This record gives sequence, structure tokens and C-alpha cells, in this order.
Amino acid sequence: MRALAVVLAAAWVLTGLGGVAAAGPGALDLESAARRLAAPATQKGALGELTASSDPAVERLLRALKDGALYVWKGRLVILGDDAGLTDVAGRPLLDAQGQPAQLGSGQEAVALDESHFGVVQRILERFEVLGKDPAKRQSAAFKLGTSGDPSAIPVLARAIEGETNRDVRAALEDALAKLRLRAPDPADRLGAVKQLGRRASEAAVPQLQALLAEETDPAVRAAARTALQDIDRFVAQRNIVGYLFNGISLAAVLLIMSLGLAVTFGLMGIINMAHGEMLMLGSYTAYVVQEIFAARFPAYADSYFFVALPLAFLVAGLVGFALEWGVIRFLYGRPLETLIVTWGVGMILQQGARLYFGDQTSVNSPTWFRGGVEVLTGLIFPWSRIFIVGLALVALGALWLLLYRSYAGLKVRAVMQNRAMAACLGVSTRRVDAVTFALGTALAGVAGCALALIGTVDPEVGKTYIVDSFMVVVLGGVGKLVGTVVAAVCIGLSNKLIEPAIGGTAAAVYAKVAVLVIVIWFLQWRPTGLFAQRGRAATETA
Amino acid sequence: MSAWSRREFLRGSLVAGTGLAAGIGFPKILTAQGKEPIKVGILHSLSGTMAISEAPIKEVVLMAIGEINKAGGVLGRKVEPVIEDPASNWDLFAEKSKKLLLQDKVAAVFGCWTSVSRKSVLPVFEKNNGLLFYPVQYEGEECSKNVIYTGATINQQATPGIDYLMSAEGGGKKKFYLLGSDYVYPRTTNKILRLYLTKVKKVPESAIAEEYTPFHHQDYQTIVGKIKSFSAAGDAAVINTINGDSNVPFFKELANQGVTADKTPTMSYSFAEVELQTLDVKPLVGHLASWNYFMSLKTPDNLKWVKAYKEWCKGHSIPDKQCVTDDPMMHAYIHVHLWAKAVQKAESTDVEKVLKALEGLEIPSPVGKYKVDEKNHHTWKPVYIGKIREDGQFDVVWKTKSWVRPAPWSEVTYPGRDCDWSNGGKGSFDVVGGKRMWLSDKS
Repeated sequence: MRALAVVLAAAWVLTGLGGVAAAGPGALDLESAARRLAAPATQKGALGELTASSDPAVERLLRALKDGALYVWKGRLVILGDDAGLTDVAGRPLLDAQGQPAQLGSGQEAVALDESHFGVVQRILERFEVLGKDPAKRQSAAFKLGTSGDPSAIPVLARAIEGETNRDVRAALEDALAKLRLRAPDPADRLGAVKQLGRRASEAAVPQLQALLAEETDPAVRAAARTALQDIDRFVAQRNIVGYLFNGISLAAVLLIMSLGLAVTFGLMGIINMAHGEMLMLGSYTAYVVQEIFAARFPAYADSYFFVALPLAFLVAGLVGFALEWGVIRFLYGRPLETLIVTWGVGMILQQGARLYFGDQTSVNSPTWFRGGVEVLTGLIFPWSRIFIVGLALVALGALWLLLYRSYAGLKVRAVMQNRAMAACLGVSTRRVDAVTFALGTALAGVAGCALALIGTVDPEVGKTYIVDSFMVVVLGGVGKLVGTVVAAVCIGLSNKLIEPAIGGTAAAVYAKVAVLVIVIWFLQWRPTGLFAQRGRAATETA
Repeated sequence: MSAWSRREFLRGSLVAGTGLAAGIGFPKILTAQGKEPIKVGILHSLSGTMAISEAPIKEVVLMAIGEINKAGGVLGRKVEPVIEDPASNWDLFAEKSKKLLLQDKVAAVFGCWTSVSRKSVLPVFEKNNGLLFYPVQYEGEECSKNVIYTGATINQQATPGIDYLMSAEGGGKKKFYLLGSDYVYPRTTNKILRLYLTKVKKVPESAIAEEYTPFHHQDYQTIVGKIKSFSAAGDAAVINTINGDSNVPFFKELANQGVTADKTPTMSYSFAEVELQTLDVKPLVGHLASWNYFMSLKTPDNLKWVKAYKEWCKGHSIPDKQCVTDDPMMHAYIHVHLWAKAVQKAESTDVEKVLKALEGLEIPSPVGKYKVDEKNHHTWKPVYIGKIREDGQFDVVWKTKSWVRPAPWSEVTYPGRDCDWSNGGKGSFDVVGGKRMWLSDKS
């Protein structure tokens, strides 16, 4: 790598000094190459000569040609830079008669790149990119050179591997090299490449390996290719199962966090809150508003907005829930049908309010550290945002459990829910407990909405997509049981995500949902009280 | 002379095969009305789910009408817009169009966005011989006498997108994952694209995957996983016709699972600059879209138009962030001017005469010259491929060398079928044994 750098630097200095003619034998005459590149008749030949070049001036020239920034101007070839300044083909800035940077005026003519040569230019540029500064570009260029099937890229790749320090890029370079060596004339070379690709279980190399298998005559290489393909298949199958499980757990976490609040308001209190989806929506819009405020006022801390948004969503949804309980629901205890209709109406008011105020579509930008994910197996990435939601669901669940079952406040809540009259006799203010418990449920929904904004949309009707799933989870789990909600979320999440890939056809996502719904209905027919039914006096009390 | 008797009269004259009679009848109405303004209808959803896309269309139509009036109107008469809001409700579209045609007696209607809304007003326009200008790209397989389709047909947006992806510039893609929302536009588009890929481009069936998700679908984990496997070798692209909000979770999931635009580009056909302003653009950067117009085009005409629209926004308190132009807006703006020019040329607002004047009519537009086809009521236009930028605009990476002819009936799904309304043509026809078989005669 160091030797290469010296060579590159030397080439740079030479061209920079305009010493093209002074360079030793074998050096490229940039001016004349560029001139031939500009003429349609000689373009192809000129490209052929430039293929093996490592001169940065050639990269600049070809990039300009590809981007349409190469012009014939006043009888010479010039490159138009991004800053609208002009340089000659060697990269020296051009000045006009007044000594000011020259500008393109009129009379210039863009040099056209013949469409059929586009691929060639692209290949040559990738050779430069694979030695460039940006690791992402190096990796992508390596991949493209590997799939190009052009063995003349082998020396460049070999050179790039020597100097590569980034682990991912190095792996990509080695894969690319192995793919190109599949076409090497020496069977031993091919065998080595096949074995390497098999060992890495490189899914990306499957088409090349299959092509090799179709033409290969050497029995050892054939056998190795077949084994390699089997290895890759097995790896992909295993990896997919891990992927499906993660998808299922991630969906389970989404369902759990969505329905925790409902497990409190509907499960414990027995209130059919049709505005539950809108409470999630409030959380999502809180995230959006906080993000916009941060973007406008504190752009330097824009990424931290989420940590403000999360507790704020809890507060906002909690307060709205408190107001809802105080203003409406408390008059309707024991009248589930009226509660259903009234809360549905409140949900519609909130929807239309959001539509009037925010418009129809907005979206929340994930903080930068939630973008991307962690690669657990080759080709399998767990997105950070989903991992975060799994974590948040667990934290929220733990906190709720501690609050309900390990705190004095929780004891009062459970007392009121199980036997209201007795609790009141013992001096518990049932009114206050009702209000606070309902607010807690909606506040949890707010947190969920805030978190789900990371992976989904924020729009006035987003609540509709949540409410059905939430009720399904709580009802399947068994009303009144926290553990039931958890188990139901996991069951629905996993079965949905295991069924979906198993269904072929063009609408697997729909059919998977239908299948899950059918299973749930069938299960509730069989056990109407859900997975974990309440027993004893509490059951008769809430029923 | 009442409108009803005039229409009866027109129909009679059509049966007699003499359009001339209608011509004699018309000037009477004109003199009767004198210098009264010419009414035109605007039928776009200003509320409900489609408002986000359709409200800006109303703005540019009003802007174009304002320009026409400033230049002295049409036939010396002012143009007066009648605005109706069908509120994203398909039944309301039909009702409101009936009101515009029968009660307001508008000379033309500029309206509709979704195919459902167009299909719902179509019988109204055909029965009452109205004139509808439709500005949005659509799935084709339609060619009404009473509609001028200024948006793209499949061969003016969708198939050029495939051509680009398969070219060396587009990465020489060989496999295609067709992903869309489950309704008529994606299903029809993908049906045509599948045939185009297999028949014209010789792509094997095994290299095409097709998948649909319901509206408002949120969980794209499994689908993105499939796309990742499908595109592992780096030779695949996604053709995206997902509608509206579901694009957000889809692109977020793509980015999070490490599917890059560089290796596996997504070509989208159903969102443009207006919709991009409302999305989190970061996960979309580098992905592609195919349209007949981009706001970022550096043509003098476009720079002028964008500037004029920015002025319009200021005067109508539209926030700067939402003040962008896009493909359907450009078509809507141009078709108002097309109508005005046709009326001027026909010296009448009579639908038959205006339709006649529209045949082959050319006007300048932000994308250069713009022409109505001589026969099939669609328009000729260039096709651009754009790459999404951080600011929700597009870098133009490719364009067709010339105008693309509109083909309402795709060659791959209906070989030999075309449409002709000129010179007594009766719309869509099949060629059977060298002779035209009109579809309207069959039924």
C-alpha cells in the first residue's frame, strides 16, 4: 500500500507539474488520450488504453466524461468542477484574461459518452474507487468488480487487499477476488476460489458458482462447487430461521408495547377504550413535534430529541387520558356499550384534530444511532430500531409489573379492581385510583406511539392500524392478566412471522394476517376466556 | 336554447354524421351569453387522504387560469373556475362531476387523481358529453372520448424505468422484484411489466418476483428479507408501486437491513416531490423514480415556471417547505393552457370542436414542447429518471432521447390494439385481418 501511495503521489506530482512529456517511458500522455476520448471514432480505443491506469488524473477525466462535465471550449478540453470552476484535463485551474477563474459562457460543447461504452467507463472508475478513501464506496466497488466477471480487475483487487485495514471491506475484496478467480485458467486456482466461497457461505456468489458448475470439466472443482453450493444453501436456510425468529420477536415486542396500555385500561379496568389507537397517535405526534422543535432550535442536538420525546409522550398521552377519564369515562362506568361509542367518537375527534393541525402525512426521522443495525450473521442484520423496541417493551413490562404487583400503589389499584366496595370501605379513594390507572394506561400507549414512530408512519389514521391488533392481543391473553398479554403477543408475533414466509404467492403478508386471525378466532371458540383466564371471585367480579 | 335540448341536438347530429349542424347551432348560444365568463370545473380532493397530493394540483390550475385571464382570457371572455371538493370520496366524485356538468354547465373539468375516482366520473362525462382533463400517470387500458389524459401511460413511465435499470448506466439489472399496494394501479402495471420483461426483454420468469401488501401495511421485515436474498448477487432491482404511507416503513426497513440503493436500487412510480416533502427522506436517498418532469430540471422554461409558482405560494400563504412542483402538477398546469389554446383555435367551447382542435396540438412546457396525440387523447412527452436527493428533490440521471408516443393499450398485453378518435374514429379498436374492429361495436 505504501509503495502504491508513493507511485500515486509521483504520478500526481508529474501530472500536476504538467510534466506529462517529461515522464518516463510508459507514462500516459494525458492530453492526447483525452483528445482521443473526446472523438467518437477513437473513444473506444482510448478507453482500452486507460483501463490499466492508476493515475488520479485519469479518474478525474473519466468521471467528468461520465457526468457530462467534460467540454470542448475554445478549442481545448476542459472539465467543469462542482464549484462551476474550470480546469484543464490535468486538473489545473483555468484563468481568463483578467486572471479570474474562467467560466463557461457560450460556444462550449459537451463531450458525449457513447452509451455502449458506459459500462467500460464504470468498470475503470470502480478500479479507482476500490482504492479510494471512503470504506462504503470501496466495499461497493469491490462487490461490483467481483460480479463484473472481468479477470483484468484481479491485479487491482489483489493490490487493494494488501493495504486494506477495514474488516468488512477486506472480506468484500476477498469475495470479489474469489469470484473472479472462478474463471481462472488453472484448475487449482478455481478450486481454491470455490472452497473459499463455500467456506464463507457467500450467498452473493451463487449465480457464479452455478455458472461454473455448468461449464466446469475438472472433476475436483465440480465436486467442490457442488459442496460449496450445498454449504451455502444450508447456511442460508439456517440463517433464514434465525431471521424469522427475530422478525417474530420484533413483531411480538411491537404488539406487546402497543397493547400494554390496553392491558391496563381494558384488561384491569374493563373499559373498552376505542381511542386507544389515538393515544398511540398522540405519542407519535409528540415525537414529531419534539423533533421539529429540536431541528429548528437546537440543530446541534437534533439526535437527542428522542430522549426528550419519550418521557414527554408518556406525559402528554397520560394527561389526555386523565382528562378523558375525568371528563367522559367516569360517568359511564358499568356501561360498556356507551363507553365504546363515546371513546370511538373521541378517537375520531383526535384524528380529525391531528389532520387539521398536522396535515395528512408527516414522519419521524430516526436518530442517527438508530439507523442501520448489527450484522449477526453474514447477510442478516438486526436493525437497531427494532432491538430498541424489544428492549423498551421489556423495560415497560418490567416497570408495569413492579408497579402493579410490588408497590403500595399497585396494591390499591388491584384492590379497587378486584373488589371496589371493599376497597372503598377500607379507605381507598376509588375515584382517584380509577383516574390514575386509566391515565397510566394511556401514558403507556403514548410511549408505544413514540417508539413505533421509529419504524412506522405518523399520520392521523395510524391509530386504526394499532387498535385491532391491541385488542386481539389482550383478548387472546385473557382479560385482566398481564402475563396473558405477554404470552399472547409472543404467540401472535411469532406465528405471524413464521407463517408469512411459508406462504407463497403474491400477497403473503395479507394471508399471514388472515391465518393468524383464524387461529385466534378458533382458539377463542375453544377457550373464550383466553390463554390465562382469571379464576375465582375476581373472575365473577369483572365478568 | 336549454342545455338539454342542445345535447339532444348534438346527439342527433352525430347520428346523422354531420358535425356541421352542431356548428351552426352553437354561435346562437355564444351571442346569447355575450361576454359572460367561461366556466371551468376543478374537481380535486381538498380534504381527506388524497388532499396531500391533490390540493397542490388545484393551485397550479388556478395559477394557469389566472395567467390566461391576465392575457385577456379565451375568445375575449374571462375563465371562471368552479371549485368542487370531492373529499377523497369516490362516490362524491361522480356526484360533484354531475353538478359541474349539469348545473354549472362548465366547458371543461380539470380533475381526479386516483384511478378509482376517474372510473367513477367516467360514465357521467360520457353520458353528458363533458370534457375531463386528467393529469396523473395511470395504468392505461382506457381511452374515453371525453377524457384528455395528460399524465403518463405505462410506456411513458414504467417501462422506460425498466429500460434504464437494464442498461449499463442503470447497473445492468437482470432480476426484478415487483412490489406494490394491493389495488388496481399496481396490479395492472405489474401485469404489463411482467409481460414486458418476459416477452420484450427476455427475462426468465424465475427472475421476477411479485408481491402486494394491503393499504397502511406497516411490517415489511419479511418482505425486505426476501428482497435481500433475491438481490444477494447484486443483479436485482425493486420496482415499487406501494401507495402513500406504507412507503415509510418499507424504506426504513430497507435502509436498516442494509439494502443499499447502490447495489439494489428501488424504482418508484407513485411518489414525486410533493409526497417526498412529507417523508423522512434519508432512507430514500439514492433510490430512483421515473417521471415526465422533475422540479430540478434546468430548462429556462422550468426555471421560469418554478419561480412563478414560488410567487404564487407567497401570495396564497402556502408554506415554503410545501411549495414544490412535480409531475402531475406540471401536467395539470399544461393541460389548462392546452384547453385554452384549443378553445381559441376552435373559436368555440363546444366539446366536439375543442376535441377536434386538440388533435396534434402543441404548446411549450417546462419540459420543452408538449403535444397531444393526433388520435388517442393522450400526450407525447419525454421520460426522465431521477435519483432522490437529501432535500427531497431529484438528480436527473437519464432521459429519453425524444418524446415517447403514448400507448393507452400496452403492446405486450393487447398486441395490435390502439385507439383513434380522429376523423370519425370510435375509440379503441383491435386490428383483425387488417381491418379495424371497434371495441364499442363489439359490446
